[in-house]
Amino acid sequence: MSKLNSKWMGLFCLSMFLLMLISGCAKEKKAYKIGALFAITGPASWLGEPEKKTVEMIVEEINAAGGINGQPLDLIIEDTVGDETRTVNAVNKLIEKDKVLAIIGPSRSGTTMAIIPIVEKAEVPLVSCAAAEAIVSPVAERHWVFKTPQKDTDAVIRIYEHMQDKGIAKIALITGTTGFGDQGRKQLKKYAEKMGITIVADETYGPGDTDMTPQLTKIRRTDAQAIVNWSIVPAQSIVPKNMRQLGMTIPLYQSHGFGNVKYAAAAGEAGEGIIFPAGRLLIADVLPEDHPQKRLLTEYKKAYEERYKEPVSTFGGHAYDALKLVIEALQKAGPDRTKIRDELENIEGFVGTGGIFNFSPEDHNGLTKEAFEMLTVREGNFTLPE
Amino acid sequence: MLVLVALPMVMRNPYYLGIMVFMGIYSLITIGLSLLMGYAGQISLGHAAFFATGAYTSGILTTKAHLSPLPAFLAAIVLTACIAFLIGIPTLRLKGHYLAMATLGFGQIVYVALNASVDFTGGPSGFGEIPRIALGNLVVESQLARYCLVWALVVIVLLFSLNLIHSRVGRALRSIHSSELAANAMGVNTSKYKIQVFVLSAIYASIAGSLYAHFVTFISPGSFDLEFSILLVTMVVVGGMANVWGALLGTVLLTLLPEFLRGFKDYDILIYGSTLLLIMIFMPEGLFGLVKKLRSVRGRM
Amino acid sequence: MIGLAPILESQEMSASIILQLILSGVTIGSIYAMVALGFNIIYNSTSIINFAQGEFVMLGGMFMVSLVGPLNLPMWVAFPIAVLAVTLIGTAFERLCIHPLKMPSVLSLIIITIAGSILLKGGAMFAWGKETFSLPHFSTEKPILLLEATILPQTVWILGIIGMVVLLLALFFRFTIVGKAMRACAANRPAASLVGINVKRIVLLSFALSAAIGAIAGIIITPISLMDYERGAILGLKGFGAAVLGGLGNPMGAVVAGFLIGIVESLCAGLISSHYKDAVGLVVLLMVLFIKPSGLFGSAQVSKLKKF
Repeated sequence: MSKLNSKWMGLFCLSMFLLMLISGCAKEKKAYKIGALFAITGPASWLGEPEKKTVEMIVEEINAAGGINGQPLDLIIEDTVGDETRTVNAVNKLIEKDKVLAIIGPSRSGTTMAIIPIVEKAEVPLVSCAAAEAIVSPVAERHWVFKTPQKDTDAVIRIYEHMQDKGIAKIALITGTTGFGDQGRKQLKKYAEKMGITIVADETYGPGDTDMTPQLTKIRRTDAQAIVNWSIVPAQSIVPKNMRQLGMTIPLYQSHGFGNVKYAAAAGEAGEGIIFPAGRLLIADVLPEDHPQKRLLTEYKKAYEERYKEPVSTFGGHAYDALKLVIEALQKAGPDRTKIRDELENIEGFVGTGGIFNFSPEDHNGLTKEAFEMLTVREGNFTLPE
Repeated sequence: MLVLVALPMVMRNPYYLGIMVFMGIYSLITIGLSLLMGYAGQISLGHAAFFATGAYTSGILTTKAHLSPLPAFLAAIVLTACIAFLIGIPTLRLKGHYLAMATLGFGQIVYVALNASVDFTGGPSGFGEIPRIALGNLVVESQLARYCLVWALVVIVLLFSLNLIHSRVGRALRSIHSSELAANAMGVNTSKYKIQVFVLSAIYASIAGSLYAHFVTFISPGSFDLEFSILLVTMVVVGGMANVWGALLGTVLLTLLPEFLRGFKDYDILIYGSTLLLIMIFMPEGLFGLVKKLRSVRGRM
Repeated sequence: MIGLAPILESQEMSASIILQLILSGVTIGSIYAMVALGFNIIYNSTSIINFAQGEFVMLGGMFMVSLVGPLNLPMWVAFPIAVLAVTLIGTAFERLCIHPLKMPSVLSLIIITIAGSILLKGGAMFAWGKETFSLPHFSTEKPILLLEATILPQTVWILGIIGMVVLLLALFFRFTIVGKAMRACAANRPAASLVGINVKRIVLLSFALSAAIGAIAGIIITPISLMDYERGAILGLKGFGAAVLGGLGNPMGAVVAGFLIGIVESLCAGLISSHYKDAVGLVVLLMVLFIKPSGLFGSAQVSKLKKF
């Protein structure tokens, strides 16, 4: 008897929750709805936070100026926590409950890969803010997917070209075991031979590691002429410090994940001379006046830094580009997912923070390796190397 | 049961069905965990590893060896059972926090291995393009189909577990929980039963993992970290360890809660933490303990 | 495969490299040791494994960052203030979450401390944001040369402070009445209660003390490891490992085990492969547990007395 009872009680509670679930829906608005998926909390919140701040700023600007074609813009931002399951739930919510016209984000490559099958099936345009190349290739299977950050491979190629110029042929890799570090490691290994570079050491470290001197001690014993560190915060600031401690003077190259001047500050003196590829946002001040990106970059940088009292980062820039691209397409296409996708694919010569975008049916990233500039750290600031 | 059948008719929206699908996947694991924790009294902070074994075995065998999902699924179960058996023998001799640390350590070792064996698992960036489950021409692709498949499995696993609890094995397990020493003295082969239930719970987790791999079609180590193991244990404890239904209740609550809290933006983390805390302070027996108390109050009236 | 070959060939596979790796291991291990110490104090008087211990470490670092950075206080002023702030948080945590419980089960205590850690982490996120913060080193950043190997002055600071903390704890437990009462609680709670020790107060005290130790750990490691609101969990995990390896309830064992794990990880990363570094530490831990189920220095008899 009691067994039966407990069964019914269990079912009763279950159904109560589901009732609550259903009651939470349905509300309609006339505004254009766009969804955004950012890792606002969790291990990648350093990415999601500037992205969220950037798009909130843009939405305010747009709506203050009368919206898109007279319609207000309603941007629904969801937190992915950088977690794949949460992202899948969030994208389903945006598509099925909010009925958004297009989605920008997610912030991380892994979470983007997890939702590609969903947006492809639901036929919703997605403009990702994550770096991995696999997001937009093979393009035949990525009909609805675009991305704004420059490609990992282009970053690798720019680094290797810089090395060739400096006569560096033997390098050591040290990468973090995150999706980002892993993608970098794979691309670095893939292109090394083609570019005449030999990898003499290949070390990794965990995302929570606080001291990489063991790995660097091992590298110090090789004849590497330079080190490439491909990781996210805080390792980007720790590796240079550890190298300095060990008295290693060979050049340190880092990835485009070094895109916030605070990271250089955290590395202190040890950060001086780090070489890395990045979009031109970080050196907006020193760009020549006639550079096509100059005006946009300085305006975005000024608006962001005045509003949030913190330095602008390239990550926020990726979200800036993603949202502006979607708005551009939406303006031309009107509220129709298919037309928005088609318009996105036709965008040419679009000036963004990451570079000048030229989309085509063959290229859903639209940037070339020229979008990267090799930068260095001098006196705690990002600048062009001499 | 009726609710399960009726639900999709009321809630057509794939978003809600999608949440229910994950809820079902988690339920498979927590039912097993509640057998292990609630009945046999053994904690495991490493069940994400068995979930991962199921997911990666299914994923790798179907994408790289081009096996069809069913044999891959069975292979995953066998492999997980073997691993759980081998790990269980030395580990389950430990007690209390040492057992917690050992299972946690095992989970972390698997996590590190998933990250490090790049050629095999795709490393930290994971791998995708895992085929969907197909039964003949019927591809399990829509949320509704997934929902039916998962919850059918949940019901099977649940019935099997309930039967087990009311059998000789169940009684033996409970005797281990109340006092292992006494159980041993009474002639119950405690270590055998402990390992059996450990392996069984690992198999449940493996089934859940295979489903996860085929449903999401992309897996990376991040989904199988310590945080997930802890979430599973939390589900069981919050729901009420003493009962399989409690585990189910906890799973329902902790799957829905984050979705409810979407509207609260960053504050969700505070509300989530406070909810857990309040439940544990005011209902030390978990949600199911409250249900039981309410019932006994009603009975007395 | 790049791993072993150069080592075997290498001529300069000398003592200095091993020394360097051991010094790195000591740096890493000192962090684990400090966290493990905190675990032990609470465990001793309560049998609770406080999963929020890592958050205390994080909070210590964060408070110090705010006091030294924006408030521009000198280090020696900021240090005690930061420790005090975290101690207060630890006390409040005990009062609000642990104190109200009557006869809690060990598992619900674990979940409560997990919930507490979620709250502390969330609070830190709102208070400090999501950035990673750095802290100036206590003295110069110029490495000290030690037989061709180098060590940072900050590591020397860390070792010195750990030594001092361990010494003070030993004196405290041995010679003060409160310390003796805490030890009595650790040995036998009902008996301690019978001889008139206020067990609830001892529990409160142990939370305050371990929060303070956690804070000190956070303050001294932040110059090396940097700090962000998410870091607590991983620090707590490593510290838990060290505490268990050393034998729960044995603070000295925890310190030794912390250094041991750090050195094993460092040697593995430097000599064999960094890819499996984290796993190797854990494998060692599991092996020890399988052979000696109550840790390296833990007493099997004591662990039998504990209810969990």
